[in-house]
Amino acid sequence: MSLNLSYASLKSLRAALDSKQVSSVELAEHFLARAEDALSLNAFLHIDRGLTLSQARAADARIAKGEAGALTGIPMAHKDIFVTRSWRSTAGSKMLADYVSPFDATVVEKLNHGAGMVCLGKLNCDEFAMGSSNENSAFGAVKNPWDTSRIPGGSSGGSAAAVAAGLTPAATGTDTGGSLRQPAAMCGISAIKPTYGRVSRYGMIAFASSLDQGGPMARGAEDCALLLDAMAGFDERDSTSLNNKQAATPILARFSEAYASNASTGAPLQGVRIGVPQEFFGEGLSADVRAAVEAAIGEFEKLGATRVEISLPRTRLSIPAYYVIAPAEASSNLSRFDGVRYGHRAKEYRDLKDMIERSRAEGFGAEPKRRILTGAWVLSHGYYDAYYLQAQRVRRLIAQDFQEAFKSCDFIMGPVAPTTAWKIGEKNNDPVAMYLEDIFTLGVSLAGLPGMSVPCGFGADKMPVGLQIIGNYFDEGRMLAAAHQYQQVTDWHARTPEAFR
Amino acid sequence: MSAKKGIPTGWEVVIGLETHTQLSTASKIFSGSSIAFGAEPNTQASAIDLALPGTLPVLNKAAVECAIKFGLAVNGGDDRHIAPRSVFARKNYFYPDLPKGYQISQFELPVVTGGSVTINVDGVEKVIRLTRAHLEEDAGKSVHGYVAEGYVEDGYAEEPAHGQSGIDLNRAGVPLLEIVSEPDMRSAEEAVAYAKALHGIVTWIGICDGNMQEGSFRCDANVSVRKFGDEKLGTRAEIKNVNSFRFLEKAINYEIRRQIELIEDGGKVVQETRLYDAERDETRSMRSKEDAMDYRYFPDPDLLPVEISRDWVEEVCAAMPELPETAAARLVAEDGITIVEARLITQSQAFVRYYENLREYSGSAKRSARWMLGEISAFLNREQLEIDDPEVPSESVVGTIIASEAAQEISKTVAREQFQALCDKTEADIQALTKIIEKHELRQAWIRYIESKGLKQVSNAGAIEKMIDDVIAANPKSVEEYKAGKEKALNALFGQVMKASNKTANPAQVTEILKRKLAS
Amino acid sequence: MELHPDDLKRIARLARIAVSDAELAPLQSQLNGIFGLIDELQAVDTKGLEPLAHPLDVVQHLPQRLRDDKITELDQREANMANAPASENGLFLVPKVLE
Ligand SMILES: [Mg+2]
Ligand SMILES: [Zn+2]
Repeated sequence: MSLNLSYASLKSLRAALDSKQVSSVELAEHFLARAEDALSLNAFLHIDRGLTLSQARAADARIAKGEAGALTGIPMAHKDIFVTRSWRSTAGSKMLADYVSPFDATVVEKLNHGAGMVCLGKLNCDEFAMGSSNENSAFGAVKNPWDTSRIPGGSSGGSAAAVAAGLTPAATGTDTGGSLRQPAAMCGISAIKPTYGRVSRYGMIAFASSLDQGGPMARGAEDCALLLDAMAGFDERDSTSLNNKQAATPILARFSEAYASNASTGAPLQGVRIGVPQEFFGEGLSADVRAAVEAAIGEFEKLGATRVEISLPRTRLSIPAYYVIAPAEASSNLSRFDGVRYGHRAKEYRDLKDMIERSRAEGFGAEPKRRILTGAWVLSHGYYDAYYLQAQRVRRLIAQDFQEAFKSCDFIMGPVAPTTAWKIGEKNNDPVAMYLEDIFTLGVSLAGLPGMSVPCGFGADKMPVGLQIIGNYFDEGRMLAAAHQYQQVTDWHARTPEAFR
Repeated sequence: MSAKKGIPTGWEVVIGLETHTQLSTASKIFSGSSIAFGAEPNTQASAIDLALPGTLPVLNKAAVECAIKFGLAVNGGDDRHIAPRSVFARKNYFYPDLPKGYQISQFELPVVTGGSVTINVDGVEKVIRLTRAHLEEDAGKSVHGYVAEGYVEDGYAEEPAHGQSGIDLNRAGVPLLEIVSEPDMRSAEEAVAYAKALHGIVTWIGICDGNMQEGSFRCDANVSVRKFGDEKLGTRAEIKNVNSFRFLEKAINYEIRRQIELIEDGGKVVQETRLYDAERDETRSMRSKEDAMDYRYFPDPDLLPVEISRDWVEEVCAAMPELPETAAARLVAEDGITIVEARLITQSQAFVRYYENLREYSGSAKRSARWMLGEISAFLNREQLEIDDPEVPSESVVGTIIASEAAQEISKTVAREQFQALCDKTEADIQALTKIIEKHELRQAWIRYIESKGLKQVSNAGAIEKMIDDVIAANPKSVEEYKAGKEKALNALFGQVMKASNKTANPAQVTEILKRKLAS
Repeated sequence: MELHPDDLKRIARLARIAVSDAELAPLQSQLNGIFGLIDELQAVDTKGLEPLAHPLDVVQHLPQRLRDDKITELDQREANMANAPASENGLFLVPKVLE
């Protein structure tokens, strides 16, 4: 049986590498060629054959010595928000157009140096991860492989498009308000944002520190489990990194255990309660998305799960709370870009202050500017209490609502986004309309909960639809196992866009 | 209410101090970079200190420990002033020496709240209350007058029109404890006394090296004036960048005069930051008021609240040195010295160490204390030296001199002169002797030395009587005056005897024999 | 809450972002749109609630982890300054800093 390398699961790539059916160098060559053929998608920002192939050769050497782990020699690519010593790290911004980091992000360290994965390059994203359509990249919009006139979602749009088009078997992404889940849904792939604090933020160019969380994107849930297991873990360089007992339990072990527990029965999800929040199915949710999500929940019921109606009453409030907290933190996090030590410096200026003001005006695009100004405003004298503190209090209410809901269910399921991918340029000039698209993903980010997106069908326009699975803190292993069960009986995650087969 | 030096009558001055003390840790507060002074520019500036994209802060435990120690020291060991939970906040502003565009500091919940420092001005004690003490990171520094062609070494002298500034971030992230006092001081003298007392505390407990030249202890003074009896505080100006006690006093006094003159001329003091220019001895406005500072403080989302358990505080407390007040009380009780002497001795750990050694070598606590307060302090002041500087004569030698004085081998005057010679390094043989004494602790060597120099005190009654007889014979006029009731004439005769003996005659004996002979 | 051109200018100065006169009007209307959205927060009763700074604080107590006082960062000046727009003799160069 010949393997379709472009869309193979990580497990089958492992088997192919171990059986010498293919070498890591050959795999890297294969995907690099695909990436170079698909430049029109604008998914990759930086490719360096030499660097990639040298990592592949090192992986082959490890495999030959019998020192390969589950991921050694398998290609992947990083969202360009993770800093890398070798490839440029731009965060999709003109501000960092030529920036080369003197160190690797912890995630890069773990996946490439630790697990031995081979980096194919850096993937496009919304500038500083701010956006839901990937149109905010200073290096141009990314196209959705299912319909290149449409957006891939954002901000990890380059990662989602690259996986969906078979340009890489796996990619990293980050999620601050839905940036892993929403593009995964719009490109028909799987992704998981873990519990806040699971994956080190060291070397992730910060957007909003209390929300940012890195995670994997791949075709299926099992691939995500393998990747997240390698990415996650305590990092002493990140003060918000978790080192308690729950965080110390390997994700893969929890995944395998949960998956195996009832796998042989006809109802592997027996006893699993799925909470369905009424607020996720109200007005504003398009009919095709609703139908696909409802059908998916039905599949879970067939697998033995029971459906419970729940309420997340502050769902709507997650939008204003998020759009206060995230810009506030961003306005401060982005202050370091002043043209003094690195990054864009204006060519002409009158004096020091002017140099900084112009460098920032030229280096930042429209969306970061809007968020910086919004953030500075909500933190400024006289507004801090009314906006920032109030938002953090509402955040507590939102997080408490989730805890209340988890008293009656194991997972919460619903749509990832109200619609499927829209046309490039459609919502470009209306930031508020764009913000409203994040309504189903923001609450999870504010609460720091793990959330997944799993492909669950197609909409009226033949664009992919994602099912969101929300778990309680540290429950990633079980969530991924449930999704994997679902993917045993459905094939949405295995569908591929025709133009890239 | 007594008049304060330098303050016109009818006016009251209100001063509060904010003191930045650099903590004596090995590494920075949020990164593992060294904080050693004097390194080449930016060689101690890690990716974290430079705020390179993706970097994050991790708090240094030792810095928190320093804050705990301070909190205990200014509260007499009471742990209720150490916050069980404190929060780091971001203070947002742009400056090229502030790499992140914000300073990580503490705002609403500092590690230490309250406490007090006792000062003594002209023998009057006063308690200065502390508002708080919080941890924060230092900024880097701008090297001015940098011309692209080459680095102007001293940097400050020239500032070419097209010069650029160089940014050195070695200091960025150095741990600071900012200690904020209540506006309890009423004169520059009190402010200096407070700063000195605080300096004494932080160096005593070892959290700061106190080196003011290197910027380890920097004071900002908030100064305002008001008409005496006014309830409302006047508008204050903040004087920054004062790095010596002398300048602190001068800067405050200048500022007091400036504000009073301004008000008397019908003007108004504006709230602003002013810089003290030591060369011109004046303060001048520092920041443009173009936009009023709006620091947009908020809790740093990269750092969780810091928790300080009572167990930890207890551990730190147990490892703390005896506090100066306690040590002073102990010295009074055990050594029988006065409280004034004890306070002076307990001004620093080094002082106490010196005193204790001196006590050992001299065999007399009281004499040692008196010497510390007298000769030794005078010498330190005159030469602007610290007690642990190498120029200060060693305890073994000074102790030997004191012992010799105590044993009446030399007179007090000779003892002082010999100490002086030691300090001045004027006599080569004293230097040689120092080495011998230090090596072998030989009192004998000392005695041989004073004998060979003819300095040994003469207590032989016969020899003294002989000298007195000669003086009486040679000064009939004085003798006559004395007998006529002029007490002062005795001093003249006494002086003559001492002179004749080359200051070696035992003064008590001289007085006694002289009086006896004149009475007959 | 409504943002006026003067407010916007002040905030832009605070955030050190040069905003041209031409940008002012569209930016003002966009930000006012955003503020229309976030003003929904004002109606929520949050009396007695602690602000939630770290999300996991809802379920468990997470104190800050502290680092031992060790020098772990060695001199990396060359690599760290490689991205500097202007530098010389180990210093970052900027237009003259006025005090
Ligand atoms: Mg201050
Ligand atoms: Zn300070």
